Amino acid sequence: MRIFGFNIYRYAAPQEFHPLAGRIARWCAVAAAALLMAGLYLAFFVAPTDFQQGEAYRIIFVHVPAAWMSMLIYLVMAGWAAVGLALNARLSFMMARALAPTGAMFTFLALVTGAFWGKPMWGAWWVWDARLTSELILLFLYIGFIALHAAIEDARRADRAAAVFALVGAVNVPVIYFSVKWWNTLHQGASISLTKAPAMAAVMLWGMLLMVLAFWAYSIAVALWRLRCLITEREREMDWMNVAKEEA
Amino acid sequence: MPDILRWLLWRDVQLVLRQHADVLSMLFFFVITTSLFPLAVGADPKMLHTIGPGVVWVAALLSTMLSLGRLFHADYQDGSLEQLLLSPVPLTMAVAVKIFAYWLTTGLPLVFLAPVLGMMFGMADQELWVMTWSLLLGTPVLNLIGAVGAALTLGVRGGSVLLAVLILPLYVPVLIFGAGSVVAVAGGQSAQGGISLLAALLVLTVVFAPVAVAACLRIALE
Repeated sequence: MRIFGFNIYRYAAPQEFHPLAGRIARWCAVAAAALLMAGLYLAFFVAPTDFQQGEAYRIIFVHVPAAWMSMLIYLVMAGWAAVGLALNARLSFMMARALAPTGAMFTFLALVTGAFWGKPMWGAWWVWDARLTSELILLFLYIGFIALHAAIEDARRADRAAAVFALVGAVNVPVIYFSVKWWNTLHQGASISLTKAPAMAAVMLWGMLLMVLAFWAYSIAVALWRLRCLITEREREMDWMNVAKEEA
Repeated sequence: MPDILRWLLWRDVQLVLRQHADVLSMLFFFVITTSLFPLAVGADPKMLHTIGPGVVWVAALLSTMLSLGRLFHADYQDGSLEQLLLSPVPLTMAVAVKIFAYWLTTGLPLVFLAPVLGMMFGMADQELWVMTWSLLLGTPVLNLIGAVGAALTLGVRGGSVLLAVLILPLYVPVLIFGAGSVVAVAGGQSAQGGISLLAALLVLTVVFAPVAVAACLRIALE
Protein backbone atom coordinates (compact mmCIF):
# COMPACT_ATOMS: atom_id res chain seq x y z
CA MET A 1 0.00 0.00 0.00
CA ARG A 2 1.35 3.43 -0.89
CA ILE A 3 0.33 6.57 0.93
CA PHE A 4 1.76 9.90 -0.33
CA GLY A 5 4.29 7.93 -2.34
CA PHE A 6 5.56 6.00 0.71
CA ASN A 7 5.35 2.26 0.93
CA ILE A 8 3.93 1.86 4.43
CA TYR A 9 4.54 -1.88 4.54
CA ARG A 10 8.22 -1.03 4.59
CA TYR A 11 7.70 0.12 8.15
CA ALA A 12 6.29 -3.25 9.23
CA ALA A 13 9.91 -4.36 9.52
CA PRO A 14 11.32 -3.54 12.97
CA GLN A 15 14.66 -2.32 11.64
CA GLU A 16 12.89 0.20 9.40
CA PHE A 17 10.48 1.38 12.05
CA HIS A 18 13.02 1.69 14.86
CA PRO A 19 14.56 5.02 13.71
CA LEU A 20 11.18 6.41 12.54
CA ALA A 21 9.63 5.56 15.92
CA GLY A 22 12.41 7.49 17.61
CA ARG A 23 11.75 10.59 15.51
CA ILE A 24 7.96 10.47 16.02
CA ALA A 25 8.39 9.85 19.74
CA ARG A 26 10.66 12.86 20.12
CA TRP A 27 8.22 15.22 18.35
CA CYS A 28 5.27 13.86 20.27
CA ALA A 29 7.11 14.29 23.56
CA VAL A 30 7.76 17.96 22.75
CA ALA A 31 4.13 18.43 21.70
CA ALA A 32 2.91 16.71 24.86
CA ALA A 33 4.99 19.00 27.09
CA ALA A 34 3.79 22.14 25.30
CA LEU A 35 0.12 21.09 25.26
CA LEU A 36 0.26 20.00 28.87
CA MET A 37 1.61 23.36 30.00
CA ALA A 38 -0.99 25.28 28.00
CA GLY A 39 -3.77 22.98 29.17
CA LEU A 40 -2.80 23.14 32.84
CA TYR A 41 -2.47 26.94 32.62
CA LEU A 42 -6.01 27.19 31.27
CA ALA A 43 -7.26 24.67 33.81
CA PHE A 44 -5.78 26.26 36.90
CA PHE A 45 -5.48 29.98 36.15
CA VAL A 46 -7.94 30.94 33.43
CA ALA A 47 -10.96 28.67 33.88
CA PRO A 48 -13.52 30.18 36.28
CA THR A 49 -14.49 28.57 39.56
CA ASP A 50 -17.60 26.45 39.26
CA PHE A 51 -20.47 27.95 41.24
CA GLN A 52 -21.72 24.54 42.40
CA GLN A 53 -18.57 22.49 42.76
CA GLY A 54 -16.05 25.15 43.75
CA GLU A 55 -12.37 24.58 43.00
CA ALA A 56 -12.57 20.82 43.33
CA TYR A 57 -14.07 20.45 39.89
CA ARG A 58 -10.69 21.28 38.34
CA ILE A 59 -9.67 17.65 38.67
CA ILE A 60 -11.84 16.89 35.64
CA PHE A 61 -9.14 18.38 33.45
CA VAL A 62 -7.07 15.33 34.33
CA HIS A 63 -9.82 12.88 35.12
CA VAL A 64 -11.89 13.00 31.95
CA PRO A 65 -8.98 12.81 29.46
CA ALA A 66 -7.42 9.98 31.50
CA ALA A 67 -10.65 7.96 31.51
CA TRP A 68 -11.01 8.60 27.82
CA MET A 69 -7.47 7.45 27.04
CA SER A 70 -7.84 4.36 29.22
CA MET A 71 -10.65 3.05 27.03
CA LEU A 72 -9.22 4.23 23.73
CA ILE A 73 -5.83 2.63 24.40
CA TYR A 74 -7.49 -0.70 25.18
CA LEU A 75 -9.28 -0.59 21.83
CA VAL A 76 -6.09 0.35 19.98
CA MET A 77 -4.22 -2.39 21.82
CA ALA A 78 -6.85 -5.00 20.90
CA GLY A 79 -6.76 -3.68 17.33
CA TRP A 80 -3.00 -4.21 17.10
CA ALA A 81 -3.41 -7.64 18.67
CA ALA A 82 -5.97 -8.55 16.01
CA VAL A 83 -3.71 -7.25 13.23
CA GLY A 84 -0.86 -9.26 14.68
CA LEU A 85 -2.87 -12.47 14.80
CA ALA A 86 -4.30 -11.95 11.31
CA LEU A 87 -1.11 -10.94 9.49
CA ASN A 88 1.38 -12.62 11.82
CA ALA A 89 3.35 -9.37 12.10
CA ARG A 90 5.67 -9.24 15.09
CA LEU A 91 5.75 -5.43 15.14
CA SER A 92 1.97 -5.37 15.74
CA PHE A 93 2.34 -7.63 18.77
CA MET A 94 5.11 -5.42 20.09
CA MET A 95 2.88 -2.38 19.57
CA ALA A 96 0.10 -3.99 21.63
CA ARG A 97 2.61 -4.89 24.33
CA ALA A 98 4.04 -1.35 24.32
CA LEU A 99 0.61 0.24 24.80
CA ALA A 100 -0.52 -1.87 27.76
CA PRO A 101 1.42 -0.17 30.61
CA THR A 102 0.35 3.30 29.43
CA GLY A 103 -3.25 2.19 29.27
CA ALA A 104 -3.06 0.66 32.73
CA MET A 105 -1.49 3.86 34.04
CA PHE A 106 -4.30 6.02 32.63
CA THR A 107 -6.93 3.65 34.03
CA PHE A 108 -5.33 3.89 37.44
CA LEU A 109 -5.07 7.67 37.11
CA ALA A 110 -8.75 7.90 36.16
CA LEU A 111 -9.73 5.83 39.21
CA VAL A 112 -7.56 7.81 41.63
CA THR A 113 -8.59 11.24 40.33
CA GLY A 114 -12.18 10.01 40.35
CA ALA A 115 -11.83 9.17 44.03
CA PHE A 116 -10.36 12.64 44.73
CA TRP A 117 -13.31 14.17 42.96
CA GLY A 118 -15.85 11.87 44.57
CA LYS A 119 -14.85 12.64 48.14
CA PRO A 120 -15.84 16.35 48.15
CA MET A 121 -18.70 15.91 45.66
CA TRP A 122 -20.46 12.76 46.85
CA GLY A 123 -18.88 12.40 50.27
CA ALA A 124 -17.38 9.01 49.43
CA TRP A 125 -14.09 7.89 47.91
CA TRP A 126 -15.82 5.13 46.03
CA VAL A 127 -19.37 4.30 44.97
CA TRP A 128 -20.38 1.16 43.08
CA ASP A 129 -21.48 3.11 40.07
CA ALA A 130 -21.56 1.31 36.71
CA ARG A 131 -18.80 3.43 35.22
CA LEU A 132 -16.48 3.15 38.20
CA THR A 133 -16.92 -0.59 38.40
CA SER A 134 -16.30 -1.20 34.72
CA GLU A 135 -13.25 1.06 34.84
CA LEU A 136 -11.94 -1.04 37.71
CA ILE A 137 -12.51 -4.21 35.69
CA LEU A 138 -10.72 -2.59 32.75
CA LEU A 139 -7.72 -2.13 35.04
CA PHE A 140 -7.88 -5.84 35.89
CA LEU A 141 -7.91 -6.69 32.18
CA TYR A 142 -4.82 -4.55 31.57
CA ILE A 143 -3.06 -6.21 34.49
CA GLY A 144 -4.07 -9.64 33.19
CA PHE A 145 -2.62 -8.82 29.77
CA ILE A 146 0.68 -7.62 31.24
CA ALA A 147 0.91 -10.53 33.70
CA LEU A 148 0.18 -13.13 31.03
CA HIS A 149 2.79 -11.66 28.73
CA ALA A 150 5.34 -11.58 31.53
CA ALA A 151 4.66 -15.16 32.64
CA ILE A 152 5.30 -16.85 29.29
CA GLU A 153 8.96 -17.09 28.49
CA ASP A 154 8.82 -17.86 24.79
CA ALA A 155 8.33 -14.41 23.24
CA ARG A 156 6.37 -15.70 20.25
CA ARG A 157 3.91 -17.63 22.38
CA ALA A 158 3.63 -14.75 24.86
CA ASP A 159 2.75 -12.35 22.04
CA ARG A 160 0.04 -14.56 20.64
CA ALA A 161 -1.47 -15.68 23.92
CA ALA A 162 -1.65 -12.11 25.22
CA ALA A 163 -3.18 -11.02 21.91
CA VAL A 164 -5.96 -13.59 22.22
CA PHE A 165 -6.59 -12.44 25.78
CA ALA A 166 -6.76 -8.79 24.65
CA LEU A 167 -9.39 -9.75 22.06
CA VAL A 168 -11.41 -11.82 24.53
CA GLY A 169 -11.30 -8.84 26.88
CA ALA A 170 -12.40 -6.45 24.14
CA VAL A 171 -15.44 -8.64 23.42
CA ASN A 172 -16.22 -8.79 27.12
CA VAL A 173 -15.90 -5.10 27.97
CA PRO A 174 -19.35 -4.11 26.58
CA VAL A 175 -20.98 -7.16 28.20
CA ILE A 176 -19.37 -6.26 31.52
CA TYR A 177 -20.38 -2.61 31.18
CA PHE A 178 -24.05 -3.38 30.55
CA SER A 179 -24.24 -6.12 33.16
CA VAL A 180 -22.79 -3.78 35.78
CA LYS A 181 -25.17 -1.06 34.67
CA TRP A 182 -28.24 -3.29 35.04
CA TRP A 183 -26.98 -4.67 38.31
CA ASN A 184 -26.55 -1.15 39.59
CA THR A 185 -30.04 -0.03 38.64
CA LEU A 186 -31.46 -3.28 40.02
CA HIS A 187 -29.99 -2.70 43.45
CA GLN A 188 -29.99 0.92 44.36
CA GLY A 189 -31.41 3.13 41.67
CA ALA A 190 -29.27 5.74 39.98
CA SER A 191 -28.15 7.87 42.91
CA ILE A 192 -25.50 9.77 41.01
CA SER A 193 -25.79 10.49 37.35
CA LEU A 194 -22.54 11.25 35.62
CA THR A 195 -24.14 11.27 32.21
CA LYS A 196 -25.72 14.69 32.41
CA ALA A 197 -22.84 16.91 31.43
CA PRO A 198 -23.41 20.44 32.69
CA ALA A 199 -23.12 23.20 30.15
CA MET A 200 -19.47 24.11 30.24
CA ALA A 201 -17.87 27.46 29.74
CA ALA A 202 -15.94 27.66 26.50
CA VAL A 203 -12.63 28.14 28.28
CA MET A 204 -13.18 24.94 30.26
CA LEU A 205 -13.88 23.09 27.04
CA TRP A 206 -10.66 24.46 25.54
CA GLY A 207 -8.68 23.44 28.58
CA MET A 208 -10.15 19.96 28.39
CA LEU A 209 -9.39 19.71 24.68
CA LEU A 210 -5.77 20.74 25.21
CA MET A 211 -5.39 18.18 27.97
CA VAL A 212 -6.85 15.46 25.76
CA LEU A 213 -4.41 16.33 22.98
CA ALA A 214 -1.55 16.40 25.50
CA PHE A 215 -2.48 12.92 26.74
CA TRP A 216 -2.69 11.66 23.16
CA ALA A 217 0.76 13.01 22.36
CA TYR A 218 2.14 11.62 25.62
CA SER A 219 0.69 8.16 24.94
CA ILE A 220 2.10 8.03 21.43
CA ALA A 221 5.52 9.21 22.62
CA VAL A 222 5.75 6.77 25.51
CA ALA A 223 4.36 3.82 23.58
CA LEU A 224 6.77 4.34 20.70
CA TRP A 225 9.67 4.75 23.10
CA ARG A 226 8.71 1.50 24.80
CA LEU A 227 8.37 -0.08 21.37
CA ARG A 228 11.96 0.92 20.59
CA CYS A 229 13.09 -0.76 23.80
CA LEU A 230 11.14 -3.91 22.90
CA ILE A 231 12.64 -3.98 19.41
CA THR A 232 16.13 -3.53 20.81
CA GLU A 233 15.56 -6.30 23.33
CA ARG A 234 14.07 -8.78 20.87
CA GLU A 235 16.38 -8.15 17.94
CA ARG A 236 19.65 -7.67 19.80
CA GLU A 237 21.21 -10.66 18.05
CA MET A 238 20.26 -9.43 14.58
CA ASP A 239 22.84 -8.08 12.15
CA TRP A 240 21.16 -4.72 11.62
CA MET A 241 21.24 -4.03 15.35
CA ASN A 242 24.98 -4.64 15.51
CA VAL A 243 25.59 -2.43 12.44
CA ALA A 244 23.51 0.31 14.05
CA LYS A 245 25.48 -0.09 17.28
CA GLU A 246 28.81 0.30 15.50
CA GLU A 247 27.56 3.36 13.66
CA ALA A 248 26.37 5.01 16.83
CA MET B 1 -21.17 -37.41 16.84
CA PRO B 2 -18.10 -39.16 15.46
CA ASP B 3 -16.90 -42.15 17.43
CA ILE B 4 -13.71 -40.45 18.44
CA LEU B 5 -15.64 -37.66 20.20
CA ARG B 6 -17.86 -40.15 22.00
CA TRP B 7 -14.75 -41.98 23.07
CA LEU B 8 -13.19 -38.74 24.26
CA LEU B 9 -16.24 -37.89 26.37
CA TRP B 10 -16.27 -41.38 27.91
CA ARG B 11 -12.53 -41.29 28.57
CA ASP B 12 -12.60 -37.88 30.27
CA VAL B 13 -15.53 -38.83 32.49
CA GLN B 14 -13.86 -42.14 33.39
CA LEU B 15 -10.59 -40.42 34.24
CA VAL B 16 -12.29 -38.08 36.68
CA LEU B 17 -14.40 -40.85 38.24
CA ARG B 18 -11.31 -42.94 38.88
CA GLN B 19 -9.44 -40.04 40.46
CA HIS B 20 -12.47 -38.74 42.30
CA ALA B 21 -10.39 -37.19 45.10
CA ASP B 22 -9.86 -34.06 42.97
CA VAL B 23 -13.57 -33.47 42.40
CA LEU B 24 -14.42 -34.24 46.00
CA SER B 25 -11.89 -31.74 47.33
CA MET B 26 -13.32 -29.12 44.97
CA LEU B 27 -16.81 -29.79 46.32
CA PHE B 28 -15.57 -29.63 49.89
CA PHE B 29 -13.89 -26.34 49.10
CA PHE B 30 -17.30 -25.10 47.92
CA VAL B 31 -18.96 -26.22 51.17
CA ILE B 32 -16.20 -24.90 53.42
CA THR B 33 -15.95 -21.42 51.89
CA THR B 34 -19.73 -21.03 52.09
CA SER B 35 -19.82 -22.06 55.72
CA LEU B 36 -17.04 -19.63 56.62
CA PHE B 37 -19.28 -16.63 55.94
CA PRO B 38 -21.76 -17.12 58.80
CA LEU B 39 -18.78 -17.54 61.12
CA ALA B 40 -17.31 -14.26 59.89
CA VAL B 41 -20.39 -12.04 59.75
CA GLY B 42 -22.51 -13.53 62.52
CA ALA B 43 -25.50 -15.84 62.59
CA ASP B 44 -28.30 -13.28 62.24
CA PRO B 45 -30.81 -15.15 60.02
CA LYS B 46 -32.00 -12.01 58.29
CA MET B 47 -28.52 -10.96 57.22
CA LEU B 48 -27.63 -14.51 56.20
CA HIS B 49 -30.72 -14.56 54.03
CA THR B 50 -29.62 -11.30 52.41
CA ILE B 51 -26.05 -12.37 51.63
CA GLY B 52 -26.88 -16.02 50.89
CA PRO B 53 -27.24 -15.91 47.09
CA GLY B 54 -24.09 -13.85 46.67
CA VAL B 55 -22.05 -16.09 48.97
CA VAL B 56 -23.13 -19.32 47.28
CA TRP B 57 -22.48 -17.86 43.84
CA VAL B 58 -19.04 -16.46 44.71
CA ALA B 59 -18.07 -19.77 46.30
CA ALA B 60 -19.26 -21.64 43.20
CA LEU B 61 -17.22 -19.29 41.04
CA LEU B 62 -14.05 -19.71 43.11
CA SER B 63 -14.26 -23.48 43.33
CA THR B 64 -14.85 -23.73 39.58
CA MET B 65 -11.83 -21.59 38.98
CA LEU B 66 -9.60 -23.50 41.39
CA SER B 67 -10.04 -26.79 39.59
CA LEU B 68 -9.75 -25.35 36.07
CA GLY B 69 -5.99 -25.84 35.86
CA ARG B 70 -6.71 -29.60 35.62
CA LEU B 71 -8.76 -29.27 32.45
CA PHE B 72 -5.90 -29.65 29.97
CA HIS B 73 -2.92 -30.17 32.23
CA ALA B 74 -2.68 -33.97 32.35
CA ASP B 75 -3.31 -34.29 28.61
CA TYR B 76 -0.68 -31.64 27.97
CA GLN B 77 1.91 -33.47 30.05
CA ASP B 78 1.41 -36.97 28.65
CA GLY B 79 1.16 -35.75 25.07
CA SER B 80 -2.43 -36.79 24.35
CA LEU B 81 -3.37 -33.15 23.75
CA GLU B 82 -0.89 -33.08 20.89
CA GLN B 83 -2.48 -36.22 19.47
CA LEU B 84 -5.85 -34.54 19.69
CA LEU B 85 -4.47 -31.61 17.71
CA LEU B 86 -3.27 -33.95 14.99
CA SER B 87 -6.43 -36.07 14.89
CA PRO B 88 -8.92 -35.67 12.01
CA VAL B 89 -11.75 -34.29 14.19
CA PRO B 90 -11.91 -30.50 14.32
CA LEU B 91 -10.11 -29.27 17.42
CA THR B 92 -13.05 -26.96 18.20
CA MET B 93 -15.37 -29.95 18.53
CA ALA B 94 -12.88 -31.94 20.58
CA VAL B 95 -12.45 -28.98 22.92
CA ALA B 96 -16.22 -28.57 23.26
CA VAL B 97 -16.55 -32.24 24.20
CA LYS B 98 -13.74 -31.99 26.72
CA ILE B 99 -15.35 -28.98 28.37
CA PHE B 100 -18.72 -30.76 28.43
CA ALA B 101 -17.16 -33.80 30.10
CA TYR B 102 -15.49 -31.50 32.57
CA TRP B 103 -18.77 -29.78 33.37
CA LEU B 104 -20.54 -33.14 33.85
CA THR B 105 -18.00 -34.17 36.44
CA THR B 106 -17.39 -30.89 38.27
CA GLY B 107 -20.15 -28.39 37.44
CA LEU B 108 -23.13 -30.67 37.78
CA PRO B 109 -22.29 -32.00 41.30
CA LEU B 110 -21.90 -28.38 42.35
CA VAL B 111 -25.40 -27.57 41.08
CA PHE B 112 -26.86 -30.44 43.13
CA LEU B 113 -24.96 -29.41 46.23
CA ALA B 114 -26.00 -25.74 46.08
CA PRO B 115 -29.60 -26.09 47.37
CA VAL B 116 -28.32 -27.77 50.53
CA LEU B 117 -26.08 -24.79 51.17
CA GLY B 118 -28.95 -22.47 50.29
CA MET B 119 -31.02 -24.03 53.07
CA MET B 120 -28.24 -23.23 55.51
CA PHE B 121 -28.76 -19.58 54.57
CA GLY B 122 -32.50 -19.83 55.15
CA MET B 123 -33.62 -19.56 51.55
CA ALA B 124 -37.24 -20.32 50.71
CA ASP B 125 -38.28 -23.02 48.23
CA GLN B 126 -38.69 -20.66 45.30
CA GLU B 127 -35.31 -19.06 45.85
CA LEU B 128 -33.70 -22.50 46.01
CA TRP B 129 -35.28 -23.38 42.69
CA VAL B 130 -34.13 -20.20 41.03
CA MET B 131 -30.62 -20.62 42.44
CA THR B 132 -30.39 -24.18 41.15
CA TRP B 133 -31.59 -23.09 37.73
CA SER B 134 -29.22 -20.14 37.62
CA LEU B 135 -26.29 -22.39 38.56
CA LEU B 136 -27.37 -24.99 36.02
CA LEU B 137 -27.17 -22.33 33.30
CA GLY B 138 -24.24 -20.47 34.82
CA THR B 139 -21.69 -23.18 35.64
CA PRO B 140 -21.24 -24.24 31.98
CA VAL B 141 -20.55 -20.58 31.14
CA LEU B 142 -17.98 -20.46 33.93
CA ASN B 143 -16.32 -23.59 32.56
CA LEU B 144 -16.34 -22.34 28.97
CA ILE B 145 -14.82 -18.97 29.82
CA GLY B 146 -12.43 -20.62 32.23
CA ALA B 147 -11.27 -23.05 29.56
CA VAL B 148 -9.92 -20.08 27.59
CA GLY B 149 -7.85 -19.09 30.61
CA ALA B 150 -6.74 -22.67 31.21
CA ALA B 151 -5.56 -22.94 27.59
CA LEU B 152 -3.75 -19.60 27.79
CA THR B 153 -1.87 -20.50 30.96
CA LEU B 154 -1.07 -24.07 29.94
CA GLY B 155 2.38 -25.01 31.19
CA VAL B 156 3.11 -21.47 32.36
CA ARG B 157 4.90 -20.96 35.67
CA GLY B 158 2.62 -19.60 38.39
CA GLY B 159 -0.26 -20.67 36.16
CA SER B 160 -2.98 -21.06 38.78
CA VAL B 161 -2.67 -17.55 40.23
CA LEU B 162 -2.38 -16.11 36.75
CA LEU B 163 -5.50 -18.01 35.75
CA ALA B 164 -7.43 -16.31 38.55
CA VAL B 165 -6.23 -12.86 37.51
CA LEU B 166 -7.19 -13.48 33.89
CA ILE B 167 -10.53 -15.17 34.40
CA LEU B 168 -12.22 -13.60 37.42
CA PRO B 169 -12.87 -10.21 35.73
CA LEU B 170 -14.52 -12.05 32.84
CA TYR B 171 -16.80 -13.87 35.30
CA VAL B 172 -18.43 -10.63 36.44
CA PRO B 173 -21.51 -10.75 34.14
CA VAL B 174 -22.30 -14.38 35.08
CA LEU B 175 -22.04 -13.54 38.76
CA ILE B 176 -24.25 -10.48 38.41
CA PHE B 177 -27.03 -12.23 36.52
CA GLY B 178 -26.79 -15.46 38.52
CA ALA B 179 -26.84 -13.99 42.01
CA GLY B 180 -29.08 -11.16 40.80
CA SER B 181 -31.87 -13.52 39.72
CA VAL B 182 -31.96 -15.12 43.19
CA VAL B 183 -31.94 -11.72 44.87
CA ALA B 184 -34.79 -10.62 42.59
CA VAL B 185 -36.93 -13.57 43.64
CA ALA B 186 -36.16 -12.95 47.30
CA GLY B 187 -37.32 -9.36 46.80
CA GLY B 188 -40.61 -10.49 45.25
CA GLN B 189 -39.62 -9.73 41.66
CA SER B 190 -39.43 -12.03 38.67
CA ALA B 191 -36.18 -13.90 38.07
CA GLN B 192 -36.89 -14.26 34.39
CA GLY B 193 -34.64 -11.41 33.28
CA GLY B 194 -31.54 -12.78 34.96
CA ILE B 195 -32.22 -16.35 33.91
CA SER B 196 -32.81 -15.33 30.28
CA LEU B 197 -29.60 -13.34 30.21
CA LEU B 198 -27.70 -16.29 31.67
CA ALA B 199 -29.12 -18.47 28.91
CA ALA B 200 -28.04 -15.85 26.36
CA LEU B 201 -24.51 -15.87 27.82
CA LEU B 202 -24.52 -19.65 27.65
CA VAL B 203 -25.46 -19.61 23.95
CA LEU B 204 -22.80 -16.99 23.20
CA THR B 205 -20.04 -18.82 25.04
CA VAL B 206 -20.99 -22.23 23.61
CA VAL B 207 -20.53 -20.77 20.14
CA PHE B 208 -17.40 -18.68 20.67
CA ALA B 209 -15.43 -20.13 23.57
CA PRO B 210 -14.44 -23.46 21.94
CA VAL B 211 -13.06 -21.54 18.95
CA ALA B 212 -11.00 -19.31 21.23
CA VAL B 213 -9.82 -22.30 23.29
CA ALA B 214 -8.76 -24.16 20.15
CA ALA B 215 -6.79 -21.11 19.00
CA CYS B 216 -5.10 -20.85 22.41
CA LEU B 217 -4.19 -24.54 22.43
CA ARG B 218 -2.62 -24.21 18.99
CA ILE B 219 -0.56 -21.28 20.26
CA ALA B 220 0.48 -23.22 23.37
CA LEU B 221 1.52 -26.33 21.46
CA GLU B 222 3.09 -24.98 18.30
